[in-house]
Amino acid sequence: MADPMKIRATVQGDVADVRVLMAHPMETGQRKQAGKAVPLHFIQSITAQLNGKTVFSADISQAISRNPVFAFKVKGAKAGDKITVTWKDNKGETRTDETTVRAGS
Amino acid sequence: MLQTRRTVTFGLAAALGAALLKPLSALAAWNQGAFQAKSALDGMKALGITNPQDSGDIVIRAPDIAENGAVVPMDITSNIPGTTSISVFIEKNPFPYTGTFEFAAGAVPFVHLRAKIGESTPVRVVVAAGGKFYTAAKEVKVTIGGCGG
Repeated sequence: MADPMKIRATVQGDVADVRVLMAHPMETGQRKQAGKAVPLHFIQSITAQLNGKTVFSADISQAISRNPVFAFKVKGAKAGDKITVTWKDNKGETRTDETTVRAGS
Repeated sequence: MLQTRRTVTFGLAAALGAALLKPLSALAAWNQGAFQAKSALDGMKALGITNPQDSGDIVIRAPDIAENGAVVPMDITSNIPGTTSISVFIEKNPFPYTGTFEFAAGAVPFVHLRAKIGESTPVRVVVAAGGKFYTAAKEVKVTIGGCGG
């Protein structure tokens, strides 16, 4: 099982700023180790939900950096709302983590 | 967007299933053809992007010179009303199509990402809004093996 994501969601006014750090090697298939290419291993799709409703989704390639970081903004979120993020990689591995929106300063 | 918020409602159980589905999207599944395209143009074709118009309303914040090509941070904002998705193409990467980010139900058309860039290249962004496509690009230089600075 992959390591948990780190998700931080803070609300400023009525816009929540969500930052997600995923633990993933994001192998491009181009890198060689001991003369052999390391096989492709990367996150393909990401979905983020606010209180169970999809607000942000992404299809990505191996060109995203190792341990991917994404940030996005959601209008209409309040402190206490739930943000759920799910990723799925090309080997079918998947991981879902959840956090609560906090009030910003 | 408000309309979407009203019309798209999920039950809790349905929401779990919906996590793997893309709503309101032409990209029903991970678009292998587009991701394997060797040029940005072919990638756009595979995604059905036609006639993108140059737009000054797309803001790409990326370093002019990236010291480390393995992690190049960029902030992309679309100020075009009705933006539904942002796609990124790193033109000189082996596989230029880097990803598509979709916004629904109140998400602001902004995304921050970190990408690998092999060599100095234009980073091209295509925004879909109201069935039309808009584009902008920013040149990012990558210094390989340099001392930085």
